Amino acid sequence: MQVPLSHFLVVAGLLMVLGVFGIFMNRKNIIIIMMSIELILLAANINFVAFSGALHDMVGQVFTMFVLTVAAAEAAIGLAIVVIYSRNRGSIEVEDVTLMKG
Amino acid sequence: MLANLFFDIFSAILLVSAAMVITSRNPVHSVLFLILAFINAAVLFLMAGAEFLALVLVIVYVGAVAVLFLFVVMMLDVDFVALREGFQKYAPVGALVGVVLFVELALVVTGWTIAPGATGLREAPMPDGVSNTVALGSILYTQYIFLFQMAGAILLVSMIGAIVLTLRDRKRGKTQNMNQQHARMASETLSMVNAKLGAGAAMPAKTPEDVV
Repeated sequence: MQVPLSHFLVVAGLLMVLGVFGIFMNRKNIIIIMMSIELILLAANINFVAFSGALHDMVGQVFTMFVLTVAAAEAAIGLAIVVIYSRNRGSIEVEDVTLMKG
Repeated sequence: MLANLFFDIFSAILLVSAAMVITSRNPVHSVLFLILAFINAAVLFLMAGAEFLALVLVIVYVGAVAVLFLFVVMMLDVDFVALREGFQKYAPVGALVGVVLFVELALVVTGWTIAPGATGLREAPMPDGVSNTVALGSILYTQYIFLFQMAGAILLVSMIGAIVLTLRDRKRGKTQNMNQQHARMASETLSMVNAKLGAGAAMPAKTPEDVV
């Protein structure tokens, strides 16, 4: 790996901060929130892969694979829930989702 | 050094497109910038020596997840302008949390060292002389086979879950009811009438079941 590990860590840290910031900024739009979660998971993946390359250990790449799997499953289920919610209620505003508040 | 230059270029595009994902007004643009971010992250994976995962990232994310997002954004008839209300209101607290988080991460990144004996504890050192795909496959299908199967099970569950959640049984047109047809008995619907010569048979009186 020609690029030093710290460069990767800085980029991944900035990406994760952007993802968290996106969740705060778009608090009403569930789709942008899910995209922000994808960004956070991508930052975790960059960290896994960078450490795997720096330490010459394959386990990081194996776990990146599993993180990709879980992220894809999460996106599929989340978007399905968004679709049926908007079909039933006609809105996907996060603050309106209070059905289970009691 | 050339590698560092390319790393800087691609990571800059990655971060700018990630910022555009969370700030752009049109959700379709957000999804397209998400695709750009994933492609640049794939290039970073390549530079870290994970060729297989780089291509998997392009195939899975750009090919499947981002298209799924795009599909949902375009299918939902939602007023996305109304969803942006409070964008400025939430910005200060979001920026505060972001800055605190970044400072914490910076403290961690600048302050850590690899322990002296840590490299001897590696679970699966990279083998020399084989490609990344071979190395990944030779460990994924042997040492981590149960986790691999579990990942497949998670994908299966999520697929079934997504289908069951969004399946909508529209009652339109005439459809067959197989159970009703199979449960039909001849004795319930058929009766023999002894018709007299020249008089014919009268229609039998309708029973309540027939009316239904």
